[in-house]
Amino acid sequence: MERGTLDIKVNVREAQADCYIVELSGEIDVYTSPKVKDAIGDLIDRGVYNLVIDLEKVRYIDSTGLGVLIGGLKRVREHGGSVNLVCTNPQIRKIFDITGLVKIFGIFESEDAAMKALV
Amino acid sequence: MNEPLPRNDGSEEIVDLRIPCKAEWVALARLSVAAVASRLNFSIDEIEDIKLAVAEACTNAIQHAHGSPFIEIKCEGLQDGLRISVRDHGRGTHPEHIRSRELNDERVGGLGVFLIRSLMDDVDYDVRPDQGTLLVMVKRLTV
Repeated sequence: MERGTLDIKVNVREAQADCYIVELSGEIDVYTSPKVKDAIGDLIDRGVYNLVIDLEKVRYIDSTGLGVLIGGLKRVREHGGSVNLVCTNPQIRKIFDITGLVKIFGIFESEDAAMKALV
Repeated sequence: MNEPLPRNDGSEEIVDLRIPCKAEWVALARLSVAAVASRLNFSIDEIEDIKLAVAEACTNAIQHAHGSPFIEIKCEGLQDGLRISVRDHGRGTHPEHIRSRELNDERVGGLGVFLIRSLMDDVDYDVRPDQGTLLVMVKRLTV
């Protein structure tokens, strides 16, 4: 029996050649992160190695969500690609700060800025 | 602002929660503990810290406490904060296997424990083989 729905929405769209935006909405935790992992993994499997992941509509993220982002970054780097994030939520920024992930991800205030930094 | 709970001896301010040791129940745990923290007049930022720490503790239990049917979460109001105990009944994960993450280390594992230690004021583990893991953490109210 299906109980409830995943409280995460993933919207993938092509922004320009070889560069996609993954817009996430909701909460990313141990239950919902597999859906995010699958979406990012599908893009990489298709040969997309430059990603902007938009976290503006994400209300909550935990270590499993961070792990998915790190895993995606590792995979695209193997192909010379990169992952930039869009995030202005102070609480979520704080998590990137205290884990030191601000040093490995480019974090921007808009999709445009994140996109420009990729190319 | 909520009226603070009475905190004379701490005995009346205990909230117990037991959830199945499954990923889909972690949201209930973190939201329940957030409600307790709100009742104790923690700030919004502190409540977010507590939510994340509890979720990380539950996630550790789900991922490492093989065989535990449920997770028990106890919230105790203190004179100066909130003590949260998270217990599972799995085979137990040895403390050396729950290591904090080093900065600049891009490995995926260990982030949960690192976050718990960063966000809470006191953190202590009691891991016993075949008896499960007890994680006790305290968040203190800022004056």
